[in-house]
Amino acid sequence: MEIKPIFATLGRHKFTVCLLIAQIALTCAIVCNAIFLISQRLDRMAVSSGMAEHELVYMQLAFIGARPNAMARTQADLSALREVPGVQSAMIINHLPLSGSSSNSSLWLDPAQRMETMSATQYFGENLLSTLGVQLEAGREFSPEEYRDLDKIDKALQTGDMKEIPSAVLITRTVADRLWPGQSPLGKQVFIGRNFALTVVGVVKGLARPNQLERGAQYSLIHPVRLSMSAGSYYVLRCAAQDRERVLKAALAKLNALDPNRIVLDKGSWDEMRYNFFRNDRAMAGILVGVCLALLVVTALGIVGLASFWVSQRNRSIGVRRALGATRGHILNYFQTENFLLTSMGIVLGMLLAYAINLFLIVHYELPRLPLAYFPVGAVLLWCLGQAAVLGPALRAAAVPPVVATRSV
Amino acid sequence: MFGYYLDLAIRSLKHNKVLTALMVLAIGVGIGASMTTLTVMHLLSGDPLPGKSASLFRPLVDPDPTPSRKHDTPMDVMDYRSAVDLWNAHRADRQTLVVDSPVKLAAPASKMPPLMPSLLATTADFFAMFDVPFQYGSGWSDADDQRRSRVAVISASLNDKLFGGANSVGQILHLRSTDVRIIGVLKPWRPSPLFYLVAGGRFAHGDTAGFYGKPEDVFVPFSSSLEINDGYFYQFTCWAAPKVPGHLIDAPCEWVSVWVELGDAGKVAAYRRFVADYAAQQKALARYTNADNTRLPSLMEWLDYNGVVPGDVHLQAWLAFAFLAICLCNTIGLLLAKFLRRGSEIGVRRALGATHAAIFMQFLIEAGLVGLLGGILGWLLTLAGLSLVRQQPTPYADMVHLDEWMFLTTFVLSLAVSLLAGTLPAFRASRIAPALQLKAQ
Repeated sequence: MEIKPIFATLGRHKFTVCLLIAQIALTCAIVCNAIFLISQRLDRMAVSSGMAEHELVYMQLAFIGARPNAMARTQADLSALREVPGVQSAMIINHLPLSGSSSNSSLWLDPAQRMETMSATQYFGENLLSTLGVQLEAGREFSPEEYRDLDKIDKALQTGDMKEIPSAVLITRTVADRLWPGQSPLGKQVFIGRNFALTVVGVVKGLARPNQLERGAQYSLIHPVRLSMSAGSYYVLRCAAQDRERVLKAALAKLNALDPNRIVLDKGSWDEMRYNFFRNDRAMAGILVGVCLALLVVTALGIVGLASFWVSQRNRSIGVRRALGATRGHILNYFQTENFLLTSMGIVLGMLLAYAINLFLIVHYELPRLPLAYFPVGAVLLWCLGQAAVLGPALRAAAVPPVVATRSV
Repeated sequence: MFGYYLDLAIRSLKHNKVLTALMVLAIGVGIGASMTTLTVMHLLSGDPLPGKSASLFRPLVDPDPTPSRKHDTPMDVMDYRSAVDLWNAHRADRQTLVVDSPVKLAAPASKMPPLMPSLLATTADFFAMFDVPFQYGSGWSDADDQRRSRVAVISASLNDKLFGGANSVGQILHLRSTDVRIIGVLKPWRPSPLFYLVAGGRFAHGDTAGFYGKPEDVFVPFSSSLEINDGYFYQFTCWAAPKVPGHLIDAPCEWVSVWVELGDAGKVAAYRRFVADYAAQQKALARYTNADNTRLPSLMEWLDYNGVVPGDVHLQAWLAFAFLAICLCNTIGLLLAKFLRRGSEIGVRRALGATHAAIFMQFLIEAGLVGLLGGILGWLLTLAGLSLVRQQPTPYADMVHLDEWMFLTTFVLSLAVSLLAGTLPAFRASRIAPALQLKAQ
């Protein structure tokens, strides 16, 4: 295929050609970045919780009367919950992965450091591993005598009685690799809030944080702390996936029978919690997909419009070429090649622009760098789009009969 | 001439309906997308108290006495002692304290099960300072703050829920284990953002949609609510562990916001000095270590500092305008194709005496007409887009609507875009040499 005549023709429509190239370049740049943003959101939504996700239901209640007997009432609640048919295990926990708000603490490898080493979420609650289905990878679980009541710990913090504060801790694999890369963390010490040493007794495979996923989704610690029902904590039940709805209903009825004077703040399966946590991300990903599609459609329509204009403008020259022996295939080919050249120029410019937009996003939205793999994918997408858009007008051009050459306009 | 050009434009647009539809569609979709995001931006970045915001200020101090911790900026909120000291000093025209907490609420007069609304602990000046509208009754007095009166003001929505919208002044509410008397009911009030509680935006990484939530349902004097809801207050941050969780009076925690109203620049300068002097005095008393770390941002400066408009909304606006740019390219190309195709018509008109300017005007009017049609489509698409936004799970979804300014902007933007798109094609068309065109006939 001779491309010199194509350039000669395009040279006569410099302005229109520039416009089309600019439009393709902009589309290419925005679509590349938008797809990247979508993949970022999808990655975020795919975070692993480290739990037996589909087997958990939770209930969050407000305030059980006066505080002194809270621990006893909580234990009574829990034993009642364990009797609900279908419940395999029950516990009370301060917050759940993706539940929204979290209690976090700074960790220091050496209390003399100027800055903290990292910040991690603290999980409290008895029977955490077995109820949530968190997998122990190394070391051991807490022994029953290691557990302390949270209110006693609060008192101990006041009086400075360090014996009452449990020093054993379970950490996630990610935390272990961050603190002691390449070493066994078992038995090692890490400082919390600068002045209190914790000893690592075990490592769990993973346990996601309640929020702040962007600052280390698996930065979690588990402490041997026994809770009573207070603001913000959750009762969690583990049961077979198909029993969840029934178990939740029965559990709420049971709790209500024990003490009707409390408010259910939140309840549901953990899957629902996960679904709600990522609502915004899902909405944003949806908007981005919509924008991409709309952009591609608008650009395709632009190509159709201009190609149709050129075809009708060149009606006579097409007729002359046909009369001089060009086949329908030649004509079709001409317009397809022309479109390929224009799209290619747009893509080259678009890649540069995509990179510039990505730099802007890196600075303003703390986004990572656009992976190079996006460039060939974007290019192929636009080439296909261009070819599909030009096909109609090109077929119409190919259908121009040679006899047109003999007619005056 | 305008009427004639308009007639020509309508004829021309009718002549090639597909091309016209393509152009109107491109402009309409571009306008629809950008106006949807612009309306949301306009709503979220607006002034929550127009006319009043310039006189509202937020004093900030750094009460963290840990010597090793040197902050570049003061903390977003204050400890109890500092907040109450500044409030008690009464150095501003008006001053108020605010802190919110969840509270268990029941109304004996209503059959509703207990609720768990948010309680705002504040002081008498709150209602006057922030132009809060009352439906029934009124707020409380300074004396109520001093006496720790058991009184409350409730929101319109809580009043609807508990009392069916009737005048509930004088009714009793149980807040946890305390009875309080309702003395005022607000009119529906929805500041955007919920400015008086905005804090910590710099730690939010653009995830600031939470600043646009609804106001609290119950307002109780600060001194009374500390007793009523003791144990259920949440700290913003602590520099040491509080002795009893939730009991934050005299705890080493920052949790109370202070707002002051200052009528003129002189008062602002005086108050700025007062806050600095207070910090210096506290340092002399060995309570503070960073005495020079005080600020007095105005309301709008504070919102700006907290970056209240969510990052996602910014991103959507950028996207929408890039989209509009592509639609603009598209329209320019199509207009150019359409205009240049009419070389013979232009040739005849030029030969009959039409000037360059006349041809230019004729085509610009045609472009403007496309813009107007695109504007109508864009307006409909904006309404559709906003109704989609209203279904999003964001706290500000219920406030999203197209006000008259944004309605006007839709058409202004659409005309501007189409005229911009039409300028070059119209110019090129007006430069067509008539002789050549006539010869080709």
